[in-house]
Amino acid sequence: MRLSNRNSSSGSAAPAAMLAALIVIMVAATVYVFAANPFPSRPPAAITSVGLLVDHQYFLTLCVTGTVFILSQLGLAYAIWRFRDRGQAAHFTRGNNTMEMIWTTATIVLFLGLGLMGRKAWAEVRFTPAEANAVQVEVTTNQFVFNFRYPGPDGQFGRLDPTQVSASTGNPLGLDPKDPAGKDDIVVPTLTVPVDHQIELLIRSQDVIHNFYVRELRLQQDAVPGMVIPIHFTANQIGHYEIMCTQLCGLGHYRMRSFLDVVSEADYQNFLKQQGASQ
Amino acid sequence: MPGSTVTDEVELIGTGRGGGGGSSGDSGNSGGGGDDWKGPSGSARVPQRAYVTGMTIALAGILMFFMALVSAYIVRKDMPNSAWVPFNVPRILWLNTLILIASSFTLARSRSRFLANDSAGFRHWWGVTTILGIFFLAGQVIAWRQLAAAGVFLSTNPASSFFYVFTAAHGLHLLGGVLALLFIAFRPTHRLTKGTATEVVSMYWHFMDGLWVFLFLLLLLGR
Amino acid sequence: MSSHAHTGHAVVVEPSGFIRKYIFSIDHKVIGIQYFLLALTAVCVGIVLSLLMRFHLVYPGAHLPLVSGGIMTPEQYLALVTMHGTIMVFFVLTTAPQGGFGNYFLPIQIGAPDMAFPRLNMLSFWVTFLAFVAIIAAFVVPGGAPISGWTGYTPLSGMGEVTGPGEGMGQTLWIVSISLFCLASLLGALNFIATTIDLRAPGMTLFRMPLTVWGWFVTAILGLLAFGVLLAGGILLLLDRSAGTSFFLPAGLVVNDQLQPHSGGSPLLWQHLFWFFGHPEVYIAILPGMGVASHVLSTFSRKPVFGYRAMAMALCAIGFLGFMVWGHHMFLSGMSPYSGFAFSVLTMSIGVPSAIKTFNWIGTLWGGKIQFKSPMLFALGFVSLFVSGGLSGLFLAQPAVDNMLHATYYVVAHFHLVMGVAAIFGIFSATYFWFPKMFGRMMSEPLAKIHFWFTFVGAYCIFMPMHFVGLAGGIRRYADATGTTYAGVLQPVHMFMTYAAFITGAAQLIFLFNFFWSLKHGAIAGKNPWNATTLEWITDSPPPIDNFGGDYPSVYRGPYEFSVPGYRQDFIPQNLTPEQAALLK
Repeated sequence: MRLSNRNSSSGSAAPAAMLAALIVIMVAATVYVFAANPFPSRPPAAITSVGLLVDHQYFLTLCVTGTVFILSQLGLAYAIWRFRDRGQAAHFTRGNNTMEMIWTTATIVLFLGLGLMGRKAWAEVRFTPAEANAVQVEVTTNQFVFNFRYPGPDGQFGRLDPTQVSASTGNPLGLDPKDPAGKDDIVVPTLTVPVDHQIELLIRSQDVIHNFYVRELRLQQDAVPGMVIPIHFTANQIGHYEIMCTQLCGLGHYRMRSFLDVVSEADYQNFLKQQGASQ
Repeated sequence: MPGSTVTDEVELIGTGRGGGGGSSGDSGNSGGGGDDWKGPSGSARVPQRAYVTGMTIALAGILMFFMALVSAYIVRKDMPNSAWVPFNVPRILWLNTLILIASSFTLARSRSRFLANDSAGFRHWWGVTTILGIFFLAGQVIAWRQLAAAGVFLSTNPASSFFYVFTAAHGLHLLGGVLALLFIAFRPTHRLTKGTATEVVSMYWHFMDGLWVFLFLLLLLGR
Repeated sequence: MSSHAHTGHAVVVEPSGFIRKYIFSIDHKVIGIQYFLLALTAVCVGIVLSLLMRFHLVYPGAHLPLVSGGIMTPEQYLALVTMHGTIMVFFVLTTAPQGGFGNYFLPIQIGAPDMAFPRLNMLSFWVTFLAFVAIIAAFVVPGGAPISGWTGYTPLSGMGEVTGPGEGMGQTLWIVSISLFCLASLLGALNFIATTIDLRAPGMTLFRMPLTVWGWFVTAILGLLAFGVLLAGGILLLLDRSAGTSFFLPAGLVVNDQLQPHSGGSPLLWQHLFWFFGHPEVYIAILPGMGVASHVLSTFSRKPVFGYRAMAMALCAIGFLGFMVWGHHMFLSGMSPYSGFAFSVLTMSIGVPSAIKTFNWIGTLWGGKIQFKSPMLFALGFVSLFVSGGLSGLFLAQPAVDNMLHATYYVVAHFHLVMGVAAIFGIFSATYFWFPKMFGRMMSEPLAKIHFWFTFVGAYCIFMPMHFVGLAGGIRRYADATGTTYAGVLQPVHMFMTYAAFITGAAQLIFLFNFFWSLKHGAIAGKNPWNATTLEWITDSPPPIDNFGGDYPSVYRGPYEFSVPGYRQDFIPQNLTPEQAALLK
C-alpha cells in the first residue's frame, strides 16, 4: 500500500498558471467584446417601445449573469492558482451549511427575480390584444415566401379556399373569387406599414412551420399551419427592415426573406391606393 | 419507490456490519465480502427483489409511454378544427373488458394457490388466466375486423386513429403478457420455487388489466 | 471465510469463444467498452459533419470532398445539420457517459458483480447499434438524409418527399433509428435503476454512493420517464407519414399548390411530445458529466466533495425540474403566452441547483492540494465551460429576451457550450481518469495535456464568438447567410470560428492516437494510480470478470475521504474496516 503521493508537489505550477491565465484571458476578451463592440456583436437599435423594454430586460440580465460569470470564473482561476499542489496538506472540510444556505437563497432571489421582472416586456405584446383601430395585415408563409394581405377599403378579408391555391396563376393564398369581400384585398410580397400606428399581424402558414422575425422590432413568431396567430407592434422609426424566416422550413430556408417598410401615414395611403388600383 | 429504498437501506446497513471489508492494498483474502452476498454464480448473484424492482421500473416506463399517447389524445381532441368524429367503440369491447378483469381475478387466485403450495390449483388457475388472455386478444382482433368491415380504418378520422393506436399498443403489451403466462405455464414446478417469476408476471398482468380499463373508460367517456 | 463456503468462491467463468467474449458479451465491462467505441465512432462522424458545415458557411461555393456533386447544396447542408445534431445528441452525448462509463463503472462503484440484468444489458447495446446503423443508412438512401433538424418538427417531417429532399426514406429511417434508440435506452435505464437500488454492496447506503453513481442513477430515471414519450411521438409521426393519419398534420396544407389530404392535427403536439423528452435529454447528457466532474475534482484536490449531500440533492432537483421546463423551447411557437411565462419562471429556477453545483465545485477546490493531472484539467475545464454555457441560458429562459435570440447562433453557442462541449469534457475527464482501470495502462500524460490545451482554448474560440454572431442577428440553420443584408459583416467572425473548429478538430487526433497507442504501450497502471477511494480502485486493472475476484467488498464510509486529519495517508478507501483504517493513524 502506497502511503503518500508520489512526486506530489512537482509540476503543478506551470499548468496551474497556464489554466488560470487562460480563464482570465477568456473573461477579459468576453468583457471587452461586450463593452467595446469591436465587431458587429449587438442587435440594431429597436424601433418599438416594447423593443426598448426587451433591450432593458436583456441589459438587466447581462448585468446579473455578467457579474456571476466574472466572479465565478475568476474565483475558479484564483482557486486553481492559489491551491495548486505545493506540498501543502489539503484543508479538510466536508462543506458548510451556512454557505450553502447563502448561495442558494441568493441565486433563488436573483434568478427568480430576474424571471419575474421579464414579465412586462412579454406581457405588453402577448397578454394584451391589439387595439380596435389597429391596422390589420395577414401574413401568409409558404415554402419559401412571405405574402402580406391587406383587407382593402372594405376592411374585410375575403374568404380563403385551400383548394384554389395556385401560386403559378397568381393566387398564392387561394382567394375565393366568389366572395365579394375578397375583391379589394391587396396581396403583396413585402410589408408596408404606417409609422406610429399599431399594426396587428395575423400570422398563418400554408405548408410547414415558418417564422416572422424582424430584428428591429424585437419580435419573433412562428407561423404554424392550422393556426392564425395574432401579434401586434407599433413602429416609431421610418425605415426599411429585413424580415427573416427563423424556423427551419426546408431547403430554401436560408433565402426566405422579405422586407418591412415603415412609412409615413401619407406614403402609406399612397401605397394602398396604388396597390388597390393595380390588383 | 422511496418506500422500498428505505427498507433496503435498513437491510443493507444491518448486514453491512457483519462482513469485513477487503483491504485496499490487495484483493487477497484479508477480508471477506458481506455475509449475505450470494456470490457471483449465475442468476443467484441477482437478489430476487431486483426482479420485482425491475418490473416496477419497467411498468413506470410503460406508463409514461401510454400517458404520452393519452395526453396526445386529449390535446388532439380539443383542437379547434380537429375534424374529430366521436367514436362508438365496438360492443365486443365490453365483453373483452369483462374477460380481462376476470383474468386478473383468476390470476390472483392462482397466485394464492401457489403461495399455499397447491401446485395443481396454481396450474389450473394459471391456465385459465392464460386462456382468458388469449380470448381477450382474439376479441380485440374481432373488434378490428368489425370496424374494418364497417369502413373505419386507422386513417379514417382522428378518433379511429387513436382507437387503433391505443388497442394495438396495449394489445402488443398484452401479447407479451400472454407469452410470459405461457412460459410459466409450461415451466416445471421445481423451477418456480422462489415465486419471483409468478410474482413479476402477475404484476405485469394486473397492470395491463388496469391500463386497459383506463383506456376503455377514456375511449368510452372521453370521446 | 465461512460465508464463501456455500457459494464456494463461485467465480463466473469467462466465456472462451471470441463471439461470446467480445461481441455478444453479457459482461457489463465489455458492453461498456462497446458503447464507448460506438460513441467514439459516432463522434468522429459527427465532428466531420460539423467541419463540413463550418467550411461551407465560410466558403459556400467551394468544392468539397465527401459531398456528392462537389459543391454543397442547401439541402445537403441541412442534412448535415440534422445528422450532426442527431448523431451527437443520441449516439455520443447519451451513449458515451451513460451507456459507456455508466455501464462499466456503476456496478463496480457500488460493489456489484454485474448489472442486475446482464442479458437485457446486451440487448440494449445491440439495439442501440441497430439504431446507429439505421441513422447512418439515411445518408445513402435515395433522397439522402433528412433535412428537418434533430427536432424533426412536423409538418416538415410529416409529409414525405413533398416537403423536400431527404424527407422521404431518409426521414423514415431517422424516425426508425430514434425509436430503436428509445427502446434501447428504456432497457438500459431499467437496468441502471434496478442495479443501483438492489445490488449495492453491504454498507453502500445511498449517501455513500459516489456522485458519479448519483449522476448515472438520476440520468437513468430521466431516461426511463422521457424516452417512452419520444417513442410514442415517433410512432404517431411514423403513422402520419405512412398510414395517412393526422396526429400532427392540420387540414388545408398546401405544398407546391397541392392540397394535402390531412385534417385537424396539431403541429404543436409534436413539439410538446418532442420537448417533453428533449429537455430532460439535455440533462441526460450533462448529469453524468457533473458526477464525473465532482468525483475527479475531489480526487485531485485531495479533499472531500464540498457539500456532498447538497450535490446529490442538486442532481435530483435538476432532474425533477428538468421535466417541467420543456415549454421554454416553444415560447414563440404559438403556445399560450401564459404557459410560456410559467415555463420561464420554472426554467429560471433550474438555475438554482446548477449554481449550487458550481459553487460547490469551487468550494471543493478551495483549500485543496490541486494536482493537475489530465482528468483534473478536463474536470476544471468542465466547470468553466458549464458556467459560461449555463449563464447564457438565463437570457434564453425569458420569453421577452427570447424574442430577439431565439433561433439565432446565440442559442447554438449556448447549448453547444453547456451540453455539448461541457459534456464532452466530462467524457474526456472520465476517459483519462478510468482508462488505467479499464485497460490496465496509463494514457500518455504529456499528450493528454497537449490535447487539453488545444481543446479548451479551441472550444472557447469556436463558441464564445458565436454568441456575438447570434446577438448581431445571425440565424442558425441557414445554408448560406451571405444573402441577408447584415450577414456580410459577420463573415470574418464565422471564418475565425471555422479555423478554430478545424484546429480543435485536428487536436482530437492527438486523443485518438493517445488512446490506441496507450492500449499497448502505456505504463502499467496498477490498482490505484490516482490514490482514489472508491471501490473500482480496490480491484485489479482491468477488473476480473466478476469485478472483485470473488472477494466482494463491504463499505464503511463515504466516497470522498481525502486528507482526513489524523491519518498518515491522505485517502481512505471506502471498504476499509474501522480497524484497518485505524492502522493508518
